[in-house]
Amino acid sequence: MVIRHNVTRSTELLEPVVYSLSDHGKNKVNLPRPFEAIELDDVDRPLVNHDLPDLPDISEVEVVRHYTRLSRLNYAIDLGMYPLGSCTMKYNPKISEKVAAKIGNIHPGDTEAMQTILGLLSSLEAHLEEICGMDACTLWPAAGAHGELTGMMIIKKAMVERGEDRREVLIPDTAHGTNPASCTIAGFKAVKVPSGDKGYLEASTLRKLINEDVAALMITNPNTLGIFEQDIAEISELLHENGSYLYMDGANMNALMGIARPGEMGVDCMHLNLHKTFASPHGGGGPGSGPVLVKDELAPYLPMPWIVKDEEERFRLLTNAPQSIGRIHSSLGNLSVLMKTLSYISSLGGKGIREAAEVSVLIANYMKKCLKDSYYLPYDTPTLHEFVLTDKYQKERGVTTMDIAKALMDFGFHPPTVYFPLVVTGAMMIEPTETEPLDEIERFIDAMKQIDELSRKDPGAFSSIPRATPVSRVDEVWAARRLVLTWDMVESIMGEPPSK
Amino acid sequence: MKFPEDLKYTKDHEWGRPDGNRLIAGITDYAQDELGDIVYIELNDKGSSIKQGEVFGTVESVKAVSELYAPASGTIVEINEALLEAPEIINKDPYGDGWMIVIEMEDRAELNNLMDSQEYRTYVEKEAK
Amino acid sequence: MSYVSLNQEEKERLFEKLGITNTGDLFKTIPERFLLERDLKIPGPYDEQTIESMLSSNPSRVVFAGGGIYRHYIPAVVDTIASRQEFYTSYTPYQPEISQGTLQVIFEYQSMMTRLMHMDVSNASMYDGATALAEACLMAIRAKKVKRILLSKSINPAYRSVVRTYLRSIDGLEVEEVPFDSITGQVDLDVLKKATMANKRSAFFIQSPNYFGIIEPMDEVASIMQDAAFWGIVVTEAISLGIMRPPGDYGPDVVVGDAQSFGNPPSAGGPLLGFFCTKREYVRSMPGRLVGLTRDKDGRQAFCLTLATREQHIRREKATSNICSNQGLCVLRAAVYLSTVGPRGLRTIAEQCASGARYLLALLGKRGIGTVFTGPVFNEFVLRIDDGSRERASQAGIVPGIRIDGYYPELTDSQLITVTEMNSERDCKWLLDIM
Repeated sequence: MVIRHNVTRSTELLEPVVYSLSDHGKNKVNLPRPFEAIELDDVDRPLVNHDLPDLPDISEVEVVRHYTRLSRLNYAIDLGMYPLGSCTMKYNPKISEKVAAKIGNIHPGDTEAMQTILGLLSSLEAHLEEICGMDACTLWPAAGAHGELTGMMIIKKAMVERGEDRREVLIPDTAHGTNPASCTIAGFKAVKVPSGDKGYLEASTLRKLINEDVAALMITNPNTLGIFEQDIAEISELLHENGSYLYMDGANMNALMGIARPGEMGVDCMHLNLHKTFASPHGGGGPGSGPVLVKDELAPYLPMPWIVKDEEERFRLLTNAPQSIGRIHSSLGNLSVLMKTLSYISSLGGKGIREAAEVSVLIANYMKKCLKDSYYLPYDTPTLHEFVLTDKYQKERGVTTMDIAKALMDFGFHPPTVYFPLVVTGAMMIEPTETEPLDEIERFIDAMKQIDELSRKDPGAFSSIPRATPVSRVDEVWAARRLVLTWDMVESIMGEPPSK
Repeated sequence: MKFPEDLKYTKDHEWGRPDGNRLIAGITDYAQDELGDIVYIELNDKGSSIKQGEVFGTVESVKAVSELYAPASGTIVEINEALLEAPEIINKDPYGDGWMIVIEMEDRAELNNLMDSQEYRTYVEKEAK
Repeated sequence: MSYVSLNQEEKERLFEKLGITNTGDLFKTIPERFLLERDLKIPGPYDEQTIESMLSSNPSRVVFAGGGIYRHYIPAVVDTIASRQEFYTSYTPYQPEISQGTLQVIFEYQSMMTRLMHMDVSNASMYDGATALAEACLMAIRAKKVKRILLSKSINPAYRSVVRTYLRSIDGLEVEEVPFDSITGQVDLDVLKKATMANKRSAFFIQSPNYFGIIEPMDEVASIMQDAAFWGIVVTEAISLGIMRPPGDYGPDVVVGDAQSFGNPPSAGGPLLGFFCTKREYVRSMPGRLVGLTRDKDGRQAFCLTLATREQHIRREKATSNICSNQGLCVLRAAVYLSTVGPRGLRTIAEQCASGARYLLALLGKRGIGTVFTGPVFNEFVLRIDDGSRERASQAGIVPGIRIDGYYPELTDSQLITVTEMNSERDCKWLLDIM
């Protein structure tokens, strides 16, 4: 396999790996040199590297062209819609970026500068508590999964403090994979609970499974089918009677904010995904942020540090709360994401937050109505901000969800979430969000209809799709068999020498 | 989908072919089809002992990792090392070259706990729904 | 500002298609008693200018703070590339056809990290160095069935705290600390050696340069660790790789830590950039995402996420980790930073940091002020600073390092001072003035 590029052709072309551009002496960067360079003669020679660090040696122009060309191989929200269910890929406001950049130079050890920051974080805690109807908050989990783990550890601690060693956590079969994974790491056993025929968890099912070994139930509300967990009040009562807790995965808060509050539904502990609901950019895989909110009963177990106000009305970080689970992050989580969230909340205000939820549900329902004749809708229960369709009709013609997803790329869209939730075969989970223009929404509906048409007229065409993307039908089997994970492995596994 | 008549089958989609006191074992055609292209396999050591229903290895495809459950108790006397380099053999020939281990059986009567070809076929057809 | 794009007319069209008159009809599945009848008590909406002035803070004039998060010069190219919306507003690269940019950046980052650390493989990042260390402990338990974790007490205290939080729920696992020598500030080699001879299968972790800025005696440590079931090195100041020997040369099973110093600003505490490098034998047991090289159906070079079957979305409760989002954009910044500074540049920065520390130490030495520990340093060291000096520093807008007696009560009045290329000779003289 040869890796090659040709600058005379379109820039939407494959780009060589940076090391192959490298050659001695190309890099001429001029970095700050405030001190006179001194020999490290107080450090033993064997501890010092006598070779230069092994990095690419390229000019600034080549760095800029290389990464700019790579950026052009990506799809992004600023190019078009991502109808990814349970990801809430809404528009990322640019004022949030400006705000975050301005605090870049502050070091967390700079106590004076941090005063203002801690004050702002304290307001953020209050806002999130208000939106969720909860009593206390930690802002430090760096992602939703991190928040889930923190929440599960809080519940574990609460059990231990009560002198109970409950080991089970009940998780609906529609749950996101991080839910059982987080459970396991926190020292619980994940027990699957089947959802009912109407697509939501039924209290009667819970009644059969609940026992004194159940520490908690993890629920996503609305769930990954976009359906509001209608039995939630009865579910929370059952759990509380049993001495168990109700944990809510807040990934789908975009449908509830300003409309209803989880704290009022009996939720004891929950997390939010700020990079979903609160418009912080996804960054190609992070940084995210997953604050955890709790009721007063669980507040003593929140992770360190706590933002507190002292007698002189100054903010400081408390690091020795006796019942806390301890630290879950070395610093203050993904702080710039917290600032972006604050900026977003400030841009919207209370009314704007509610409007966002209302419109997200409006658009999703409109889309569902327009598509349910072309695609199979497995549940006719009303949905909120997202819905699930399947490839049932298209499969009869030999066209699968995977084919539909690839075809959408040729129409200039990122596909919806596919093959999830697992309870639905061939699922396509669609969540447009409230920031989409009507034009884009109609374009998507039209694209889906055209794809359905194509599946009738020429199902064989799908094997060569997508055609309009830089690469097509990437061989994941080859990747997993050969495991070429670094430039050095390119040589040893593929028999081709990598360049300097 | 193939369901050879001379084999015994487990609920987890493994097969066993008795050969005197030995049992050759692998995964069924249905299993390899469900997994998709297999990219990696790990097997317990030669010489190790195993109980019926215990894990004797794991098999990995692009979309799933599955544990492998022993169809009988005994000692693993042989493992198919060819699979470690070329796991795709399992997809191509699950009942022949795709054999995984050979067990020296403790108790041949355990084979009565397993399904025969017809029972397994019915079981798979029900599960596929 | 509302980011809803629909105007009232368009909303009406959607209402019409759905046969409803207002959005209230869409929330009928929510029990009425839960529907909020009031507005949320959240102020706003505010205009951009107001938001900008509300959400700002200014750094102090002179800053000597480090301790796991570092101030370094970030070349302009990094911000330029990281501001490209195709990078920052894009999603996790699950669909490789339309995310080759992100995937290739991660592959290049994986390549650069393995070459810098002299290890075989690197994942696509973790939340921070502390959680990376916690995950390394979990991997040691999975892969080598260790029953005891030993952490050097000179590892960053916040890291050790996170490890304890993560490991608390594991039955029958012991977590212990190896003390440091109170004179040199280095890990106590005798205690370390004794610990390797105990009956329990153990995993050991040491940090170099350690939390006190002291460089550990790595050759001796490596020699002792030959008897360990599993051991790892923690690096919190990644710039040290510009001068120090690559940690992989000492033969550890993992090298973990934080690469925030590569192109990511301190940003009042985060985001950080946890890194995780290990040996090839652990590749199926390691946490986090991995990008691999492959080809598409027409033979073109392509990248994709691989070994995803170990991850939460497939393996679920048996996953190697629950991690989903990682630190994506921070990875991009690190890759661009490393490409921009290059080999001589990284060396220069590291030399500047080390030289700056030595310049300040010389000034302090002339005044008869010595460090708390005698061991060799990279760019951080521990100094005793009394309340009076701390007060004067505060008045003068100087941050004289980080107070560490909260973590180490025996080190009374002690501050961890950090010097980087963001400081100057004048900064150092000002610090002297307040002492």
